[in-house]
Amino acid sequence: MQEKAILIDKRDNVATALCQLGKGDSVQVGVEDFTSDTALLENIPFGHKFALRDIQKGGAIIKYGEAIGLATKQIRHGEHVHVHNVESQKGRGDKQ
Amino acid sequence: MKFFGYRRSNGRAGTRNHVLVFPTIVCASTVAQMISGRVAGTVCAIHGCGCGHVGEDKEQVIRTMVGFTGHPNVAGVLLVGNGCELITPDVIAGELVKDGQRVEATSIQEAGGTSKCVEEGIRLAEKLLAEASSLERESIDISELILGLECGGSDAFSGLTANPALGVASDLLVAEGGTVIFTETTEMLGAEQILAKRAGDAEVERDIYEKISAAEAKAKSMGMDIRGSQPSPGNIEGGLTTIEEKSLGCIRKGGSTTIVQVVNYAEKPSKKGLVIMDGTALDVQSNIGLIASGAQVIAFTTGRGTPVGTPSVPVIKVSTNSDTYERMKENIDINAGVIIDGKGTIQSVGKQIFGELREVASGKVTKAEILGHREFDIPTLGPVL
Repeated sequence: MQEKAILIDKRDNVATALCQLGKGDSVQVGVEDFTSDTALLENIPFGHKFALRDIQKGGAIIKYGEAIGLATKQIRHGEHVHVHNVESQKGRGDKQ
Repeated sequence: MKFFGYRRSNGRAGTRNHVLVFPTIVCASTVAQMISGRVAGTVCAIHGCGCGHVGEDKEQVIRTMVGFTGHPNVAGVLLVGNGCELITPDVIAGELVKDGQRVEATSIQEAGGTSKCVEEGIRLAEKLLAEASSLERESIDISELILGLECGGSDAFSGLTANPALGVASDLLVAEGGTVIFTETTEMLGAEQILAKRAGDAEVERDIYEKISAAEAKAKSMGMDIRGSQPSPGNIEGGLTTIEEKSLGCIRKGGSTTIVQVVNYAEKPSKKGLVIMDGTALDVQSNIGLIASGAQVIAFTTGRGTPVGTPSVPVIKVSTNSDTYERMKENIDINAGVIIDGKGTIQSVGKQIFGELREVASGKVTKAEILGHREFDIPTLGPVL
């Protein structure tokens, strides 16, 4: 049976939608013996990420067990995590 | 383990048996295309280079041309020049002859104009084609294969399906004694610590950090946030948020073996195993660099879907999701989207890619070959003067 979303590493604080997910949907993801439940606060497009817990402004977004960027604002558990609330730490010629 | 390939007189192994018509200068492009168009069974690759290169740029353009035209998938090459260019056919032919490649050359000024050069070129190409057509495939050990890795039009599934599955195939080829080259240095930003940990020795570790920090310095020198180029608008729409996220997905196609060497763009590795080739993230330029470095087959993962092939080396396309596969079936050889659909695993798709690699190396045509995709480009490093 097809899963709704996937968690790659248990250290991750985001999961990836495996289909179009809607606001209010409840989604469970897991890896090995670890599971995490989320009630989505907004629609999540196919292939996009949502937060598995609250992430403070400036906190690292973790995927593959590694930091993929920093939160530019407070992100609530169940919110869409993408370019509107995450910035890269690499290739920032604009910050020199 | 074996595949069926072409053994060249210089000892190298090819997976195809092409006769290539190649202009060494942009000014000879039309003549080269006219010749190739008149001799069925030849391939042609045109580009914008050949004059105005200095220093490191000149070296890289020549290295790319020599590596591409002297490749074991090319049974014979006809070089076409104009006559007054920096990189004349003689510059390339000199290197090819030393390496034992079968080469002929003609120039427009010397032949006396377009029509005469086309006539002479047709005669030479026909001769090369007749020679090449008598060669047969033979059993060759798979350890002689060099697989080039590429990804284009990535999405959030690239790092979850197609790239890890290709990583399994890469590990299988390395375990058989073969070589795997991956590239696109910009798409290693944010993954340098992980790659450095896998370096075979201190020199490789230093090279990894050096090449990746040079790529980042180059990106920063534009004075802007690279988001919008890395990740690209298509990547972002597909769910990729930052270059770090894209890189962590990208590097999974290299599998899990030790990185034995870091080479420059279009430079041939001297070691077998997993190798990094420094290079840009433009797919067509990456493909040509991989070929010039010796890759006889390329495996190319795509999330959004991309059609590109090469003039001389087969490209196996692997889609990351089933939507793209269904939409662009005619372009895609293997669908790793079955991993999301619960109809396959990273291991099973990885083995499928490895099986396809052996078949394609032995002559099975890829979708890009069937459709006639032969994209070609040479990167330049500096201003053309």
